[in-house]
Amino acid sequence: MISVEQLSVRVGHFALANVSFSVPTGQHGFLMGKTGTGKTTLLEALCGLRPITGGKVSLMGREVTHLPPAARGIGLVPQDGALFPHLTVREHLAFALALRKWAPAAVEQRVQELAEWLQLGKLLSRKPAGLSGGEAQRVALGRALSFRPDVLCLDEPLSALDEETRAEMCGVLQSVRAHTGVTILHVTHSLADARKLADCVLLLKDGQVVRREA
Amino acid sequence: MNANTSASSKPPAPRRSDWPFWAGLWLLAAFYTLLIVAMLAADAAFTTPGQFWRALQSREIRYAIKLSLASSGLTTIFSLWVSVPIGYLLARVNFPGKALVDAILDIPIVLPPLVIGLSLLILFQTPPGQFVQRFIPITYAIPSVIIAQFTVACAFAVRTMRTTFDQINPRREQVALTLGCRRSQAFWLVVLPEARRGVLTAATLAWARALGEFGPILVFAGATRMKTEVLPTTVFLELSVGNLEAAVAVALLMVAAAVTVLVLIRCYGAEEPMGKLL
Repeated sequence: MISVEQLSVRVGHFALANVSFSVPTGQHGFLMGKTGTGKTTLLEALCGLRPITGGKVSLMGREVTHLPPAARGIGLVPQDGALFPHLTVREHLAFALALRKWAPAAVEQRVQELAEWLQLGKLLSRKPAGLSGGEAQRVALGRALSFRPDVLCLDEPLSALDEETRAEMCGVLQSVRAHTGVTILHVTHSLADARKLADCVLLLKDGQVVRREA
Repeated sequence: MNANTSASSKPPAPRRSDWPFWAGLWLLAAFYTLLIVAMLAADAAFTTPGQFWRALQSREIRYAIKLSLASSGLTTIFSLWVSVPIGYLLARVNFPGKALVDAILDIPIVLPPLVIGLSLLILFQTPPGQFVQRFIPITYAIPSVIIAQFTVACAFAVRTMRTTFDQINPRREQVALTLGCRRSQAFWLVVLPEARRGVLTAATLAWARALGEFGPILVFAGATRMKTEVLPTTVFLELSVGNLEAAVAVALLMVAAAVTVLVLIRCYGAEEPMGKLL
């Protein structure tokens, strides 16, 4: 599960203080709120990408507050995917595994597994420049899930997609939950997405997170 | 009814063509382009191929060519070594006094070249400078050529690398960190490959500046033939003895080198559509 207690973060002039929330294990939690309220900042603090000024972050019962991002076991899909322009799709899926020094055979097997599940089989030798929006999102998702993290953080993964691709991606996200049992924190301002996918909804308003019924 | 009358009483939209605007732009572009071309054409017309090859036969000029190429090459390598980390630091980290450091790093770009040469000369006259010179001779020896070139070339490289890293979205490094990278791994595996076009630009700029550097070298390294003479110095020396033909021949050599490098960069830059800086 994701558990945040009394978290305080400061970014320039913007600050969040004593924010607490949690997402039960295996659930798809939505963090919602108006633009500019600090949703992405909270996500970054969770991943260890922002220094925090106070509070505690625990993932799967383990305190990770002072751990670097690499040690937290979180997969991140940021806004616009942030794929690496010089790597092929195959290299994206293998990136985290190569870092962990997996045997080449194991890496290839995992890459094939992800490619089949996310329908990336035909795209493995392409670079990000040759991918559509939906394809790029699936690659970003595959990259984030490649090393089997316990937690998945999504920052507005569906906002840049057209209706049809959006529906497809919703399907993919549902299969992610079913397939992996990963705990998801999904940041968005779209109620429609929440209605389709959420197990629990958290609303960030006036610097505090309140739980809403899904 | 009302709408009709108000429509007919409106003055007609001013009908002016855009051609004076475009004509002005084209004229200015033509003027400057032609100035450059005319300059080079005049040079080329002044000398003959015979004089050109004769100049290349001279021992002194051959030495100058070798020294120029070797020193610019080394300067480029040192400049990249220094400018890539500095550029990354400036682009990613906010530290107290950053604006001041930024301004200081720009000084070699705006300072008159002779002042740079003079300052370097005086620096190596100070006790610490003299201490260093007990181990390696610097002033009026070859190392001074490289130091003089580096001082200026590196500033341009730093500017370029700062801009390059500024334009690279830090999100990619952040994702790399979550995937398991240490900061240094994220830099080598994700940031640097994306920055390679910028690195190439920085290298080109540094090399071009180093090759053409004259003022600082004249003051700090002197103009000793067969020792600290680089190609710009050759032009100066030939000019000062009234040997205009040889001066122009060497100048053309440098033009040829510069144009070749420029063309190579443009060709490489055109291969991939994602080139941002050139």
